[in-house]
Amino acid sequence: MTDSKYFTTTKKGEIFELKAELNSDKKEKKKEAVKKVIASMTVGKDVSALFPDVVNCMQTDNLELKKLVYLYLMNYAKSQPDMAIMAVNTFVKDCEDPNPLIRALAVRTMGCIRVDKITEYLCEPLRKCLKDEDPYVRKTAAVCVAKLHDINAQLVEDQGFLDTLKDLISDSNPMVVANAVAALSEIAESHPSSNLLDLNPQSINKLLTALNECTEWGQIFILDCLANYTPKDDREAQSICERVTPRLSHANSAVVLSAVKVLMKFMEMLSKDLDYYGTLLKKLAPPLVTLLSAEPELQYVALRNINLIVQKRPEILKHEMKVFFVKYNDPIYVKLEKLDIMIRLASQANIAQVLAELKEYATEVDVDFVRKAVRAIGRCAIKVEQSAERCVSTLLDLIQTKVNYVVQEAIVVIKDIFRKYPNKYESVIATLCENLDSLDEPEARAAMIWIVGEYAERIDNADELLESFLEGFHDESTQVQLQLLTGIVKLFLKKPTETQELVQQVLSLATQDSDNPDLRDRGYIYWRLLSTDPVAAKEVVLAEKPLISEETDLIEPTLLDELICYIGTLASVYHKPPMSGPPLTTSSVQMGAVDLLGGGLDSLMGDEPEGIGGTNFVAPPTAAVPASLGAPIGSGLSDLFDLTSGVGTLSGSYVAPKAVWLPAMKAKGLEISGTFTRQVGSISMDLQLTNKALQVMTDFAIQFNRNSFGLAPAAPLQVHAPLSPNQTVEISLPLSTVGSVMKMEPLNNLQVAVKNNIDVFYFSTLYPLHILFVEDGKMDRQMFLATWKDIPNENEAQFQIRDCPLNAEAVSSKLQSSNIFTVAKRNVEGQDMLYQSLKLTNGIWVLAELRIQPGNPSCTVRAPAPTLRPWSLPFVPCQGVVLVEDAVQASLQAWLEPESVRSLKRTFLESFHIHPVRLPR
Amino acid sequence: MIHSLFLINCSGDIFLEKHWKSVVSQSVCDYFFEAQEKAADVENVPPVISTPHHYLISIYRDKLFFVSVIQTEVPPLFVIEFLHRVADTFQDYFGECSEAAIKDNVVIVYELLEEMLDNGFPLATESNILKELIKPPTILRSVVNSITGSSNVGDTLPTGQLSNIPWRRAGVKYTNNEAYFDVVEEIDAIIDKSGSTVFAEIQGVIDACIKLSGMPDLSLSFMNPRLLDDVSFHPCIRFKRWESERVLSFIPPDGNFRLISYRVSSQNLVAIPVYVKHSISFKENSSCGRFDITIGPKQNMGKTIEGITVTVHMPKVVLNMNLTTTQGSYTFDPVTKVLTWDVGKITPQKLPSLKGLVNLQSGAPKPEENPSLNIQFKIQQLAISGLKVNRLDMYGEKYKPFKGVKYVTKAGKFQVRT
Repeated sequence: MTDSKYFTTTKKGEIFELKAELNSDKKEKKKEAVKKVIASMTVGKDVSALFPDVVNCMQTDNLELKKLVYLYLMNYAKSQPDMAIMAVNTFVKDCEDPNPLIRALAVRTMGCIRVDKITEYLCEPLRKCLKDEDPYVRKTAAVCVAKLHDINAQLVEDQGFLDTLKDLISDSNPMVVANAVAALSEIAESHPSSNLLDLNPQSINKLLTALNECTEWGQIFILDCLANYTPKDDREAQSICERVTPRLSHANSAVVLSAVKVLMKFMEMLSKDLDYYGTLLKKLAPPLVTLLSAEPELQYVALRNINLIVQKRPEILKHEMKVFFVKYNDPIYVKLEKLDIMIRLASQANIAQVLAELKEYATEVDVDFVRKAVRAIGRCAIKVEQSAERCVSTLLDLIQTKVNYVVQEAIVVIKDIFRKYPNKYESVIATLCENLDSLDEPEARAAMIWIVGEYAERIDNADELLESFLEGFHDESTQVQLQLLTGIVKLFLKKPTETQELVQQVLSLATQDSDNPDLRDRGYIYWRLLSTDPVAAKEVVLAEKPLISEETDLIEPTLLDELICYIGTLASVYHKPPMSGPPLTTSSVQMGAVDLLGGGLDSLMGDEPEGIGGTNFVAPPTAAVPASLGAPIGSGLSDLFDLTSGVGTLSGSYVAPKAVWLPAMKAKGLEISGTFTRQVGSISMDLQLTNKALQVMTDFAIQFNRNSFGLAPAAPLQVHAPLSPNQTVEISLPLSTVGSVMKMEPLNNLQVAVKNNIDVFYFSTLYPLHILFVEDGKMDRQMFLATWKDIPNENEAQFQIRDCPLNAEAVSSKLQSSNIFTVAKRNVEGQDMLYQSLKLTNGIWVLAELRIQPGNPSCTVRAPAPTLRPWSLPFVPCQGVVLVEDAVQASLQAWLEPESVRSLKRTFLESFHIHPVRLPR
Repeated sequence: MIHSLFLINCSGDIFLEKHWKSVVSQSVCDYFFEAQEKAADVENVPPVISTPHHYLISIYRDKLFFVSVIQTEVPPLFVIEFLHRVADTFQDYFGECSEAAIKDNVVIVYELLEEMLDNGFPLATESNILKELIKPPTILRSVVNSITGSSNVGDTLPTGQLSNIPWRRAGVKYTNNEAYFDVVEEIDAIIDKSGSTVFAEIQGVIDACIKLSGMPDLSLSFMNPRLLDDVSFHPCIRFKRWESERVLSFIPPDGNFRLISYRVSSQNLVAIPVYVKHSISFKENSSCGRFDITIGPKQNMGKTIEGITVTVHMPKVVLNMNLTTTQGSYTFDPVTKVLTWDVGKITPQKLPSLKGLVNLQSGAPKPEENPSLNIQFKIQQLAISGLKVNRLDMYGEKYKPFKGVKYVTKAGKFQVRT
């Protein structure tokens, strides 16, 4: 009897039939029916219509039937929240069952039902289960806290579950400890700053004890948690290492790699003179090698990590070269990784073996692999000086095979060898020249031209060779064109008499007939150099070049140290620190994912020192600084008011100076800076792209992640010409507010992905809120009055703006230029009262009262908390409270923490009243 | 943690999906299919794929893809290990890990997946525990169940679950108490053109089949434990005891399990039991070539080498092969260009050989690459590393168990370059 029978009834009345069977009196029939329902569910059929009938089967003594019903519930409760409530009673009852298996099952299933209404009922049973006498129930409950946190983080904090979870780290049962650690780690990911896993020598000791006794999976969680700890001295580091070392012999490769991570990290603290240090190094090699005999998928991840480890500590695996030899039936992804590590391990001692292998690989079938093998030979030559000659002769052998792609790769790497060992192997040039006609890839053509130009004096027919390339100049890629230009200029400087005509020709091609600014510029530079001072030209163009070294393909040391801390994680597979991974955007992880997003995000924010902190946002403006210059984004408030100039004639709203959003070092040479503007009803993002890499960038595209106000590019990113090295373009990207909406934190956070031909890069930035103030934000007086009255007093907050020497007119006109309108004005006891309104792009109205005392250089803003909660998201309306970005930040903080409200009030001088209200449509 | 799992067959149908948190749409697999298309060969699909919102981590086992969806940072090895464990469990329960078997037992599969992972955290992955929670399907049991109405879901908490020895269930009872160990060694080697060894190492495992009543405490000792310097242990083994005395001391799980796996590294000399004489040549400007291979015993410690198979991936331009063999039979698949020669046993008196003509596509250039020979063989009653079990002692129980050790050596990735 197999389950495939459950798939057979596909007739029309299937649901009806199942319904009848589910309500049958016979137990057996009922169970069969539920099984059929589950089977349909697995293949994606919609059986949600049977919800009440299935739930009716829940009250049973038959555990299998109960489990099946639970399975069904987890799948469909979300779509039938009201019905799901029916199940709550049974859950609560089951949580009291004498059988621990049933108690655990109930609390586990309840956590999987992602329905808000149910979570409320879950709290009490969960609290009991966390303290259950049976460890199986406790360990299940620990995971349940993480589940609940995913659904409703606030609830978990309010109910004090986090503290209970922390207590479980001291539980007597190792499995409970492991699960508590796992749950806390997961929760901590969504709270990067929180100090949930408070590690101290005592808790570390508990973890190390549990480590020996818990399951393999628990060991992974505990080891990963240990890796985050910083021992106070080398003795503590050593004692932890000693207790972690036995994990290296575990059969589970994930345990092994997590242990390696802990050891690699803590080893930093040990003195190299220590005997133990040497012992540890020796112990690390065998487990790493063993990982390579596992399944190919495991091998791949292991190899990516070994790649980091051999760069950090080459001594560990220096004798293990042979295990990285490629087997012909390895999957290609394993082959390429092994090759990379072979080169990193290549040394004088083993180079003969390595070269013999590489030569063997160069005759394999897979083109990608063969190419990489040929390149590897070149890298060996550069890395191990003694082997250079042998490498060159191996490459020449390969060129003799005349296999097209092998020849081309070989020429590219020989060019590099020339740059490392000038004036040594030029005898091979003749052989290279024979293959000139077969080169069809730009990189190989450019390499060949470079060689001819560089050694023009030794090649009799250099002029003919270069001339032959010149015929199709316009069809060549930029790379080749640039090389050709330089090559011919070099030739001219070396043999001026015969090549005058040639150089004229290439200069005119480059400067007059080409659209590429890079090529044109280089052409003009050469031209002017040659025509003004040929001697100087010679010094510049034929200058001695710095030698290249193998370091070019090593990971930069600081990045390497960072990546070592991420051994075993996804970051280690991509060799990128966590932020640069893809953005993860479900609600539960949007801000969380410490490893994936968090750290990186913080550092991004760090680029705008005054953006968020909330401490500097009222920097008093000084008279000398013009609003648009020099002021960091953070002082936007004062800029908006433009207090010092006192004129209020700015056209359009305030525009912050461009800030660097994506530094070049994080984006392979692409630097992006920008700002946001709003002009006559349209929002745009003004970007400045700078290419700081050595290669040309093309194929730009941009995308936004979902954000609070639905900002989205209204047109594709238009970069017309390819961006050459050191070139900068300015682009204004029109934005719309019709994109999809998701609450971000902070509210004005925008996550952006920019793609070019090299890679995809991610960054996030904060946009000033006033770009969202629409032009028709002036509210009707009557309506203003009515709305104003409806706002309860207890929702009020007041803020003051210091040093604001403006009169009412100036403030009013200043604000109006940013689409904040004065609805009414009156004078009370010598004070000017301004009633302001503004509207956001999503239709939320914000009202405010502004009080200005003549002679007193400050103005006061009263800001009440919102009465309505548009979008039904907590805290959302806060952004409407204050007018400009800093104030938005401040108020956002303010509603979250009473403490900062107070500090805010201290900072501002008077009161500023603003109501966010959504008007009836 | 692991968010969702999709099972995909070779023709690209998603035939099972399981979500441990919220539901992730099937469309996420499109990224996987894209990568699969790019890889051309199913085995070359990269195991970690990043998509705009998720990571996909996959394994390829028994012609099926197990694709897991990841949303937060999690060690990829953890996921891959777990996926293999899932595949192992299916194998264990249904005798094979195939689409048909999974579809036939879809409810059990679902129950198992639910039991193995909770909210993305592994819950119970030990076969012993799982089998107490969910009984494997047997024809007899389903007949009994349908008569008695009993179920195949255990209704008590598995005893091992929380004890210090989670891998063993309590109350095991056998009438015949037996403990068998299989020492299986595989030789991974690359032999170059001239017959010298480029690289060789031995991957060994000791698989155990333990059917002992009660709570037996075993210790297994070796004649030459020094050979074992790179070992991975089953969690049941007491590491301290091994460190100090080089004895494997453990309370075993019930049934079949892998006790240790070890590697005898290339630093030690590895005996190569066979040699191959080969001459494969293609003539310039002609549409044929010659093919001649002979296989013979080398360091076989006096044992018979059997089950020999030679597979050769011939170059693409090969159209057909006309060969004669002195022993066994050969096939050539003109589509995949794979030559398979099933040799059988080697008798030293008359060495098996395979020779003849190779027909090439006319006009095509002479192939550049030389095909590698992939060799499979088996030697019974021999652990090529020389590892020998000394004795097995049992404590904690009174009865006298029946004990046995079997040795076998096989070719792993054994490759001869030509």
